[in-house]
Amino acid sequence: MEFIKPDVNIDFVGRRKIAFAISLGLIIIGMVALFYRGSSLYGIDFAGGTIIQLHFKNPTAVNKIRQGLKPLGLERSAIQRFGGEGEDVFLVRTDISTSELRNLSKKVEDSLETVYGPEAVKVERVEMVGPKVGKDLRQKALLAIYYAILFIAIYISGRFELKWMPALIMAGALVLGVYLLRAAGVSIPMLIVAALIITLACCWLLRLQFALGAVTALIHDVLITVGAFAITNKEFNLTVVAAVLTIIGYSLNDTIIVFDRIRENQRKRKKQDFGELINSSINQTLSRTILTSGTTLIVVTALFILGGGVIHDFAFALLVGVVVGTYSSIFVASPILLAWEARFAGPRGRAKGKR
Amino acid sequence: MKDLRWRSALMLAVLVVALVYLLPTVDRQLPAWWVKFLPNEKIHLGLDLQGGMHLILEVESAKAVENSAERFTQELKDDLGSEHIRFRQVERQGENKVKLVLPRDQDWQRVAQLIKDKFPLLEVANRDQTQDQLQVILEIKPDQVRHIKKLAVDQGLETIRNRIDQFGVSEPDIRTQGENRILIQLPGIKDPQRAIDLIGKTALLEFKLVDEQHSVEEALQGKVPPGDKIYYGRRVDSATGQVSRTPYLLKDRTLLTGDYLTNAEVRIDTQYNRPYVALSFDDRGAKLFEKITGEHVKERLAIVLDNNVYSAPVIRDRISGGNAIIEGQFTMDEAKDLAVVLRAGSLPAPVKILEERTVGPSLGRDSIRKGLFSMAVGGALVVAFMVIYYSGSGVIADLALIFNILLIMSGLAALRATLTLPGIAGIILTIGMAVDANVLIFERVREELRLGKTIRAALDTGYSKATLTILDANVTTLIAAVVLFQFGTGPVRGFAVTLSLGIVASMFTAIFGTRLLFDFLLQKGKMKKLSI
Repeated sequence: MEFIKPDVNIDFVGRRKIAFAISLGLIIIGMVALFYRGSSLYGIDFAGGTIIQLHFKNPTAVNKIRQGLKPLGLERSAIQRFGGEGEDVFLVRTDISTSELRNLSKKVEDSLETVYGPEAVKVERVEMVGPKVGKDLRQKALLAIYYAILFIAIYISGRFELKWMPALIMAGALVLGVYLLRAAGVSIPMLIVAALIITLACCWLLRLQFALGAVTALIHDVLITVGAFAITNKEFNLTVVAAVLTIIGYSLNDTIIVFDRIRENQRKRKKQDFGELINSSINQTLSRTILTSGTTLIVVTALFILGGGVIHDFAFALLVGVVVGTYSSIFVASPILLAWEARFAGPRGRAKGKR
Repeated sequence: MKDLRWRSALMLAVLVVALVYLLPTVDRQLPAWWVKFLPNEKIHLGLDLQGGMHLILEVESAKAVENSAERFTQELKDDLGSEHIRFRQVERQGENKVKLVLPRDQDWQRVAQLIKDKFPLLEVANRDQTQDQLQVILEIKPDQVRHIKKLAVDQGLETIRNRIDQFGVSEPDIRTQGENRILIQLPGIKDPQRAIDLIGKTALLEFKLVDEQHSVEEALQGKVPPGDKIYYGRRVDSATGQVSRTPYLLKDRTLLTGDYLTNAEVRIDTQYNRPYVALSFDDRGAKLFEKITGEHVKERLAIVLDNNVYSAPVIRDRISGGNAIIEGQFTMDEAKDLAVVLRAGSLPAPVKILEERTVGPSLGRDSIRKGLFSMAVGGALVVAFMVIYYSGSGVIADLALIFNILLIMSGLAALRATLTLPGIAGIILTIGMAVDANVLIFERVREELRLGKTIRAALDTGYSKATLTILDANVTTLIAAVVLFQFGTGPVRGFAVTLSLGIVASMFTAIFGTRLLFDFLLQKGKMKKLSI
């Protein structure tokens, strides 16, 4: 069986400007939503606070729960349905943490039982993160993202482009630059931005055009995934960061498939126009790009629909990341390669062709 | 072909080892010889799957330093008194200092010698001679402060471990984290609140005299006599849930503490059918107790636990033998827990809960069920897809996939790693990603076949050309997984483990394993046409 015929020839490169506009639009919308939501984007893992998961025996509504929590002064907590429509599971989130928590779950249960009757409600889960731990976890998550980007950037410029010397120079520049910035007391989010800028600059200066395309696509994927979280009013917690890191690793897969083919074709047909060469490479690998992402999408969708509330946001991040990652390997990574060749390596490439 | 036989043997060996590691998880009743010689480690479930409680406590170790300073202050006062050295004032200052004010004509050398002999942990931080007095600030040495803090954390950990052991939790995980934090994981706990109360209680037991000369009422209006302090007895009426607070005016000097206890146990008062806690002191404690009760007959002795007055009975007679009781309106569980914390001893410094995560057992079971269900559905869809799209070769890829899941599971058991809900998600993700390798290979083989190559040549080129791409693609995901493992906590770590295991295993099964099967079929000569 074949979905995509071997002789498929879609003009992807020709549509790169539309794609560029779409990507830019999505990123801008996401970033606006991100800044608009600010710190409300943080779940309790990072902001501190308490969530209590309640399981009701009979169907109920948010307002009634709010009423039941009034005697505790918790009526202003965020209360939302958790899991599917048929399940009477709700999540209560408050900013209260640490010592005030003592017996909170018991109090909540008792208070709600006066409204719903005995045994009608059960506290299934309590998660309390104090502000100190929240700050620690935030730090840890950011460091994890930073190191993942660092190591992956070094790997793709070295192993993937088979240029270990420039990769070493880049690693040195990254470590030194970030070390200096850290000593200067720059915050970790800024460090991540700085690390990305250094990486891109190094790719540029060291003529690692494939790495440049791959890293740009990677940033693109993360920005859109994070933006999707901001737009859909979801919260960031530890598992979501884990999903984002996985996307950082996985979204490169498709890019690597396409880039490997481009290099292979470059060796075979030196005289072909670079734009055409990229386009035919994308088309040749189109079936595997779609299929590999497709199988992953199947399982992630199963997890998203059937996995239950606790894992829902995690699956959502993966879902967005896999789709965007596939799109970006075709519409972001490759066009950047083309733009690079046209602008810088063009004359050199032509000279090589003449030889 | 020799090479083929060699590879088959390797494959078989891996399969057998995997099954050996996996069996303990599947079969609970292993024969005795198995348990003795072979691995019998079950796959360990995380707290989010089996239910339980995760706590991070902060030991307020500064408080332990403060307690030491307070103790030195009291002891210095006593020693100066017994050496007949006149002093105007001795009091604790801040966290780690003792302020000593001596009259001008007092011989400083004698005091200095006393401090040197009896208080080796103290050093003179400042000496200020004025017209009529000498003010000396003594300080606990900095390295001793560090030592006291470390000791507070270590002792706190030991005490908490003791309490939990007596509470009866199977396989608790208790360890220090960083400088002053304690991590506690209690799987399968049924009453989390009771556990928190048990762990978090400082359990400082003190015996203090009630000041019979002054009235509590006056003290409550602000006229607290020197050396006295107001304490409260907090009572919860078990019928109405009403909380009442009774004030007591106590002499602040502690006569006896729980440090001298050898045992504490619950007994039942047969008259009222109420539980109480019976205490037994060691020899030194018994002597002290006898002396105190002998000197203060007809006075009231308050039993104070964590600054809460439990009772203040009148001493009717000298009590020898070293036994005492704590009465109160306890429920049976409360009395039991009180006995446990008293037996285990007090925490050297109070603890604060920094993080708590509790998952009920029903939610854990629900998570397992949903996780496994989505794994089954996702897996079935992928398996079906591969067969439909690649026919016979798809079957081979599916076999490799099943082998891959087997390897992840046995890897979890072998590494004694913990399976969490995100961990199950990692396995699900691996199912989707593991077949990627086969897709890449098969697409390449199809391409080569279209160019007119023979089956063997197409397979050769397909595998050799795709392998490098697969390797590159997997390494980037592996880097992310390793970083996650390094920085992640609990459930996320479980995800990093299954994802890494899955990636590594997939390179073995999807590349090496499927190639072996193809070669085997080619060898047999059964394959005239490649079903791909």
